[in-house]
Amino acid sequence: MNHLIDILQLTEAEIDELIAVAEDIIANPAKYAEKCHGKKLATLFFEPSTRTRLSFEAAMYELGGNVLGFSEAQSSSASKGESVSDTIRTVGCYADIIAMRHPKEGAPVVACQSSTVPIINAGDGGHNHPTQTLTDLLTIHREKGTFSGLTIGLCGDLKFGRTVHSLISAMSRYENVKFVLISPDELKVPDYIIEDFLEANNIEYVETTSLEEAMPELDILYMTRVQRERFFNEQDYIRLRDSYILDMEKLKGAKKDMCILHPLPRVNEIAKDVDNDPRACYFKQVLNGKFIRMALILKLLEID
Amino acid sequence: MIIGQIKNGIVLDHITAGMGMELYNLLGLDRLNCQVALIKNAESKKMGKKDIIKIDEEIDFDVDALGYIDTNITVNIIKDGKLFKRKHLEVPEKVVNIIRCKNPRCITTTEQELPHVFKLTNREKKIYRCIYCESKGK
Ligand SMILES: [Zn+2]
Repeated sequence: MNHLIDILQLTEAEIDELIAVAEDIIANPAKYAEKCHGKKLATLFFEPSTRTRLSFEAAMYELGGNVLGFSEAQSSSASKGESVSDTIRTVGCYADIIAMRHPKEGAPVVACQSSTVPIINAGDGGHNHPTQTLTDLLTIHREKGTFSGLTIGLCGDLKFGRTVHSLISAMSRYENVKFVLISPDELKVPDYIIEDFLEANNIEYVETTSLEEAMPELDILYMTRVQRERFFNEQDYIRLRDSYILDMEKLKGAKKDMCILHPLPRVNEIAKDVDNDPRACYFKQVLNGKFIRMALILKLLEID
Repeated sequence: MIIGQIKNGIVLDHITAGMGMELYNLLGLDRLNCQVALIKNAESKKMGKKDIIKIDEEIDFDVDALGYIDTNITVNIIKDGKLFKRKHLEVPEKVVNIIRCKNPRCITTTEQELPHVFKLTNREKKIYRCIYCESKGK
């Protein structure tokens, strides 16, 4: 049985293959319009995430398939205390593939143990969210044509941001990649990310607190939100917040072909007027998310 | 039972002195009906002092749990009063219900019938991680 729980389950070759399929879908959408005819995707969202759920559902509809499921735990039998494994067994009787989101870390691992159909982890708490990372990778690949030789700036909350951790782990496997980790001291990348991925793979990296200073060398700038609740006191938050907001002024020092990514939703960490700059790729990223999920559904259902 | 004379059973030897009682509890030996002897601070040429546990019955127990605690322990299986087999322990790849996951966000906190399974992820540093949430075992 094929499942996708953690981005590192995929080899570089498998990621290349998914990206190639996604590129082909973008180029020839009509070819894929009936690929999943008669197939059903269940979206089991034990915690709400409208954005991710809609992306999966749109992906399945564009492949000619159908969708069923629930969008929050209250509307499922989980609210009556049913175990994850019983829910999965039941749904496996109706659906050909399952995308699940759950507030508890490791819930998809439990799901895999009893599932008769492929499981896609659509986010388990602050743990894994592999389709977000695939979305990021497809966007980088489409904008830059490669993963090697890139200097990637990650900015904002690098301590709690799971999308940042997954992207580092996935990109650490490519050659000549350099990371610039831009964050306040309070929100630096955890030690295990540095030890297990960056140092273990001899990846060049620098840690800095200044977005402006880092800007000129970046090929990719991955923005995340600095949240108020991560700080002990209000003054620190207010003092630091503005340093990690991207605006046209800070963009002045950037390369002309730099690519700005953000996992969305955005609050105020990217100023509105940046949206019109050709370097802003975060809405393209949303669209890419649908295409890579289409490629993933085909792969897990073993449809050519 | 005269200590030293077991007919059919198990002798756990070379236990680090002071660890005997912890092993006794971990292996659930308090629940056995047969004779069990826990010897503390026995003399050892190799270790100075050691603990020994003698069980007067050939019980099934979790060998991986023993290996997780201490690979120096030797397991001697006694049959008809003679040493039948001597097992040396290895660091186990996986332990079940020996370490409990302490991550409050782990699925094991809400689904309490799930076994707490930890996998060895770094043999050199003996690091185990929860198979669900990947937290380090402590
Ligand atoms: Zn856990």
